[in-house]
Amino acid sequence: VVTGKGGVGKTTVAGAVGLVAARRGLRTIVAEVARRDDVSRALGGEGIQEEELAPGLHHLSIDPEHAMELYLTDQLPSALADLLSSSRTFTYLAAATPGMRELLTVGKVWELAQEDRRAPGAEPYDLVVLDAPATGHGVAILTAPRTFARTARMGRIARQGRKIDAMVTDPARTGVIAVARPEEMPVTETLSLQDALRDEVGLEVGLVLANGVLPQRFSAAETRVLERAPDGHAVRAARHAGARARAQRAQLRRLRRGARAPVTTLPFVFDGDPMARLAHELERAL
Amino acid sequence: VKARLTDKRVIICAGSGGVGKTTTSAALAMGLAAEGKRVAVVTIDPARRLADALGLDDLGNEPHLVDPQRLAGHGIEVRGELWAMMLDPKRTFDELIARLAPDERARDEVLANRIYQQLSSAVAGSQEFTAVAKLYELDRSERFDVLVLDTPPSRNALDFLDAPERLTGFFEGRALRVFLAPTGLAARVVGRGTGVVSSVLKRLTGVDLLDDLSVFFRSLGGLLEGFRERAAGVKALLADERTTFIVITSPEHEPVEEAIFFAGKLRDADMPFGGLVVNRFHALDSGPPGADVAALTTALGDAKLAAKVARAYAEERTLAERDHAALEHLCRATGEANPIVIPQLDGDVHDVDGLVAIHRHLFAD
Repeated sequence: VVTGKGGVGKTTVAGAVGLVAARRGLRTIVAEVARRDDVSRALGGEGIQEEELAPGLHHLSIDPEHAMELYLTDQLPSALADLLSSSRTFTYLAAATPGMRELLTVGKVWELAQEDRRAPGAEPYDLVVLDAPATGHGVAILTAPRTFARTARMGRIARQGRKIDAMVTDPARTGVIAVARPEEMPVTETLSLQDALRDEVGLEVGLVLANGVLPQRFSAAETRVLERAPDGHAVRAARHAGARARAQRAQLRRLRRGARAPVTTLPFVFDGDPMARLAHELERAL
Repeated sequence: VKARLTDKRVIICAGSGGVGKTTTSAALAMGLAAEGKRVAVVTIDPARRLADALGLDDLGNEPHLVDPQRLAGHGIEVRGELWAMMLDPKRTFDELIARLAPDERARDEVLANRIYQQLSSAVAGSQEFTAVAKLYELDRSERFDVLVLDTPPSRNALDFLDAPERLTGFFEGRALRVFLAPTGLAARVVGRGTGVVSSVLKRLTGVDLLDDLSVFFRSLGGLLEGFRERAAGVKALLADERTTFIVITSPEHEPVEEAIFFAGKLRDADMPFGGLVVNRFHALDSGPPGADVAALTTALGDAKLAAKVARAYAEERTLAERDHAALEHLCRATGEANPIVIPQLDGDVHDVDGLVAIHRHLFAD
């Protein structure tokens, strides 16, 4: 589960994690939740069907409505499934039920992760990388199965909710990567995500990736030289770069102090394909 | 930005997360307050130091007057009033239920319902909904000349625009009526209904879940009239000619695409698009394409440092070229000829100094 505040490059990181896993020979799928398929666009894919974008690397944009149809088809005799799918009352009701989208999404993630896939003819995956929505909603996705299991208490949804919950809260099967930028807000949010995950889901963040780290190029002595140097385009650019890197360093320290998981840094990518570059860096770092 | 905000009563700042939306919203509000207006800014999730700087805390769920002394030391003279608040979505939702419920019993029934608790705290869309609900309430109070809303860091800008629509659609829609009718699905499922749909549902979900759901929908049903009125009011407010949407972005790929998408949505929905603010921009200055390493070596007296400076300059140029291309793309795709461009600032922008720096760019003549 790759999560983090908006704007930290979560989708690129999720794609890079998928690339690394696929290169190591794991049959991998990157699944995303939002309605807009950013990973797929970045990797050149289309959408709501599982498709192979690179050797061993698959992609799926989870569409809750589509997941619902698949679920009903799986659970019920086809005539009944058709009846429910075409029942306007039922579809309205399902759409209006709070938390239903989250439940269907995580249910699909669970299905993708099964040895014995429920979807007819589907091959199992070794690794499912979930490009989860921004932090708050990401936690909501992970808590949805338990909430439904508790509310329903008994019956099929309760049983399945418990089963999905058992997977997402099992540290042997589910790992969480928190993506941050070394800036105030993303660091703060990452630190509070750790607590929310522990309190509400019972999971610990397994790895923190600080993304977009600028090169720390100038020593304190060099910074002083630059401050005194005659003004010019290049010197000004160097002073700005130094100041931004220093601000980042302060936030990185804060992140390292507060994080309960190892913190790995990923560089800011100035040019080229960021996903490929981050995959390369991840391979080196892990 | 001044010309774009003349006579506006409601300013909604939209855009994807991480582009400086909160600081920009606060800077807009501060600028208008400095000009003599009574302004309230509703923020969703401000950085702690910005919150401290504005004297905000998460208690109250109501605007606080920002002490003008806090800003005076930074060269900002507030001739009007600057009010700021941090939105508490759960509390806003609860207050709304309390206000719309016909009696205490109905209120308590909704507040205690597990489905409602899930809806009001964790579910996607509840922040969007409560933000506009609060905006509407503040507008009706007529305590302020201008309201500035910092929208939730929603990945999909649509969630925010659609919030009132979806709510009206939901309450006016068939689902609720069919579900709540005396012979409706709820009655059939929870009772001893024998309809095929209800018995299939029972098999799938168990009776408890449906029971909670039907209590939830039924108790909300009592609030229906109030909700409908309010949703219509919110919709009218968003489309009002004195309301404007400012789309905020950074020059990075994803936020730019989001901004283009959002500007298009505003046009499609006949909502007033008031302009673009591009934060964190690396300007291409008039410097040469590459640094003169020999000259730098002489000036700095250090060849190694000169090489590093040249490298930093090259990276700055790369970013500046990227940002200029992004800006051009943004202008072309949104039809906005004059975006407000704010340079990448060196320090952290999440404090009063950052606020003042952004304010200076926004309100420059």
